[in-house]
Amino acid sequence: MTGTTVGSAPPSVPAVRVPRRRGTELALIVVAVLLSVYGYCDVGLAKNGTVPPGAAGYGAGLGVLALLAHLAVRFRAPYADPLLLPIAVLLNGLGLVLIYRLDLETPGDEAATAQLVWSTVGVALFIGVVVFLRDHRVLQRYAYISVVAALILMIVPIFFPAVNGARIWIRIGGFSIQPGEFAKILLAIFFASYLAANRNALAYTGRTVWKLKRLQLPTGRVLGPIVAIWLLSVGVLVLERDLGTSLLFFGLFVILLYVATGRTGWIAVGLLLAGFGAFAVGSLEPHVHSRVEDWLHPFASIDAGEGPNQLAQSLFAFAAGGMLGTGLGDGHSILIGFAAKSDFILATAGEELGLVGLTAIFLLYALLVERGFRAGLALRDAFGRLLAVGLASIVALQVFVIAGGVTGLIPLTGMAMPFLAQGGSSVVTNWIIVALLIRVSDSARSQPLPQEPS
Amino acid sequence: MTRYIRHAAAFCALLLIALLVNATRVQIVQSDSLDENPANRRQAITRFGQPRGDIMVDGRAVTGSQDTGEQLRYERTYKNGPLYAPVTGFASQVYGTTLLENAEDDILSGTDPMLAPLPFWNDISRDQNPGGKVQTTIKAAAQQAAYAGLGGKKGAVAAIEPSTGKILALVSTPSYDPERLSGTSSSVARSWAALNNSSDKPMLNRAIRQTYPPGSTFKVVTAAAALDSGTVTDLDAATKSPSPYTLPGTTTELTNEVEGCKNATLRYAFAWSCNTFFAKLGADTGLADMAGTARNFGFNDTGLKIPSSVAASNFDTSMDKAQLALSSIGQYDTRATPLQMAMVSAAVANGGSVEAPYLVDRTTTDDGDVVGTHGTETLQRAMNPATAMQLRELMTDVVEEGTGTNAAIPDVTVGGKTGTAQHGIDNSGTPYAWFISWAQKSGDAQPSVAVAVVVEDAAADRGDISGGGSAAPIAKAVMEAVLGG
Repeated sequence: MTGTTVGSAPPSVPAVRVPRRRGTELALIVVAVLLSVYGYCDVGLAKNGTVPPGAAGYGAGLGVLALLAHLAVRFRAPYADPLLLPIAVLLNGLGLVLIYRLDLETPGDEAATAQLVWSTVGVALFIGVVVFLRDHRVLQRYAYISVVAALILMIVPIFFPAVNGARIWIRIGGFSIQPGEFAKILLAIFFASYLAANRNALAYTGRTVWKLKRLQLPTGRVLGPIVAIWLLSVGVLVLERDLGTSLLFFGLFVILLYVATGRTGWIAVGLLLAGFGAFAVGSLEPHVHSRVEDWLHPFASIDAGEGPNQLAQSLFAFAAGGMLGTGLGDGHSILIGFAAKSDFILATAGEELGLVGLTAIFLLYALLVERGFRAGLALRDAFGRLLAVGLASIVALQVFVIAGGVTGLIPLTGMAMPFLAQGGSSVVTNWIIVALLIRVSDSARSQPLPQEPS
Repeated sequence: MTRYIRHAAAFCALLLIALLVNATRVQIVQSDSLDENPANRRQAITRFGQPRGDIMVDGRAVTGSQDTGEQLRYERTYKNGPLYAPVTGFASQVYGTTLLENAEDDILSGTDPMLAPLPFWNDISRDQNPGGKVQTTIKAAAQQAAYAGLGGKKGAVAAIEPSTGKILALVSTPSYDPERLSGTSSSVARSWAALNNSSDKPMLNRAIRQTYPPGSTFKVVTAAAALDSGTVTDLDAATKSPSPYTLPGTTTELTNEVEGCKNATLRYAFAWSCNTFFAKLGADTGLADMAGTARNFGFNDTGLKIPSSVAASNFDTSMDKAQLALSSIGQYDTRATPLQMAMVSAAVANGGSVEAPYLVDRTTTDDGDVVGTHGTETLQRAMNPATAMQLRELMTDVVEEGTGTNAAIPDVTVGGKTGTAQHGIDNSGTPYAWFISWAQKSGDAQPSVAVAVVVEDAAADRGDISGGGSAAPIAKAVMEAVLGG
């Protein structure tokens, strides 16, 4: 696998190359930056009647970051999908606008500047990945290092004090990071690598559990390590009360197992286990139990005379937005209070941009995910395919879990909306995810189209 | 593997569709019920997000708004709050609105669609109109005269322009400052508790929401019924009226506080307020005519609004003769609001016709463009015009030479009727002093003001002299204030 130069195809196959479309990417980035600056000015006009003084600086900062990222892609991943980077820039820019907008309601608790700093770190890492990771297959070698690192990252916060009920933070000085965020990528690399190496064994060997051969259990030697890793990670997360992330890892594991083996039985087992686990945790663990109660009866606290809880406030915010929204800066989603800028940032989008704006945001995520899957389809190495699917699934599952939570579709679990929500670890992680997707899509599109799906 | 990747992609697409369907459910389908959830603060934030329109008296605002910079941004302020509280009511962030603040809330808060320059425009732009203004019919001088006249005593005054029904004064004491209920601070909650727990009931609008036994002022209604029905035809003819008078079917004897009531004329009995005479007169007139006339004056009307709703005054429609006799002198179950008794006096002054009383002359936008005006509306005819003329004579006599001389104003024709309503077990309570009256400037075609005054803690001396002593001077001051302006 080494020695293959990215961007060149074997001479025996006629090269059917995808156009590079770097100009398209640049144009879309300009649109994304302008849209963000427009939103920034709109907030200032709505709240104070003037264009905010930082508008030019904000636009220039975002523009320079986006341009540097673009240059890295142009020179190091020239065949990469041209939609990925503009979508990331637009979501990150919109997130900064929403956080700045909420900052205006919470004097003394300013978050937009820190978010801009973290975004800069994220873009720097993005550039680093694009520049220094020449071939994604290199990562396969580090599968076991990844999983060890992931487990360490997840376990470390246990030794730090809980913040708002969840032990998922490391605080050093005034700095706080959420190491579990980075573990996502590492686990995706491990799962993809392990399943790519063992997928035949998983799919075709082992004992038949049912006579009908609907389900074959692979041998413990093959299945054991991965189940152990998975159980360990989910167990740690449950201890840390980070249920959103444990749900995410569970979904990621089931999807990758299914894609790798093609056995529907895994999905059935996954759903059964998920159902059983959800029921057990939901009824036994008081923290989760209260979340489930809130989801079933979002207005119970109002009837009890205690005023609306966060979920009810979030639903009020979405309802107030209606079809077209109140306009940036004209909503009252700050009523949600704690976590309005992080877990509940989508409620601000829903109230001020309306169903139309919310749909647009969902479609941006959907495009990001779809482009990831497309890269996975176009790649020829099993590891790359599983990695692309894994990264895309992380984004999709994360959007579903948090958006479904704040709109009352599923019980609420604390998680960050990719790129939109306040949170340094999250924005950095998502930039790395996009960088990896850029890398695999560059590989996929610089190859001739596969003649036969494997 | 390609097939399974497609399956996984389809699964992610399903998740997205679920999100979109659910967002539509929350933002479109359920949005109205969520918007209207009482725990949703957004309506209140919008409502208090701009200054409230003002309530005007004689072209001057008696209300104001103060920017607090808080979440519920603008608080209501009141100029002369206790004086105008029975007119304005309060507009509180916490406790809602009452009286005009309540009845004209759509105008004042700016939500009335009539305030919008174009229909439906606000639905599209999500803009809110500035609050409109409410011009009241109150005359500041009359209001002040009534308030000063009542002083520290419990009581109420209602003054009406007889020909139109415009309410010129509406006072209730003891009063309170509605500003104490503006805002969200803990002092607001304390004020609310203190006002509600006070034995003086300062937030009770005694002029329109409290009924009192009207006592002898009700004799105006009895006289109107008797004259209209022909029970009495000549004001100056002697009648067969015993004194004391035994209530029909009982052994209870009714007596008078004054001399000369035996076989008196209607003129004498009215001027000196003979209970025996009017009890018999009511009984002789009969329940049907008495109840009919009372109803035409406005008694038993549960639907009267000025625009705040007025408590219904009561005259029973099924009684035996003894009860009817007592009711005819404003006792037994007969009860009236001060506003109702002002309407009785105004009907006499207005030739027998009762005009609907109203408090809002017109509503305008913030810029002064008229949104709505209130026209005069005749409720019903209380008595024949000829009867009204006779009653004017009788009421004028009361002020000129009877129990109501304290209300006389030089060079002005004043008609009046005193009353003292005893109440409580065995009449143990301090009697309510009543005076109802009207005044006509010489040279004017018709009386320009009718007043009703009730004073709850009147001086302890019994008899109609109490109404003339405690209440008549207040009525006089109010009438002078109206005539002088």
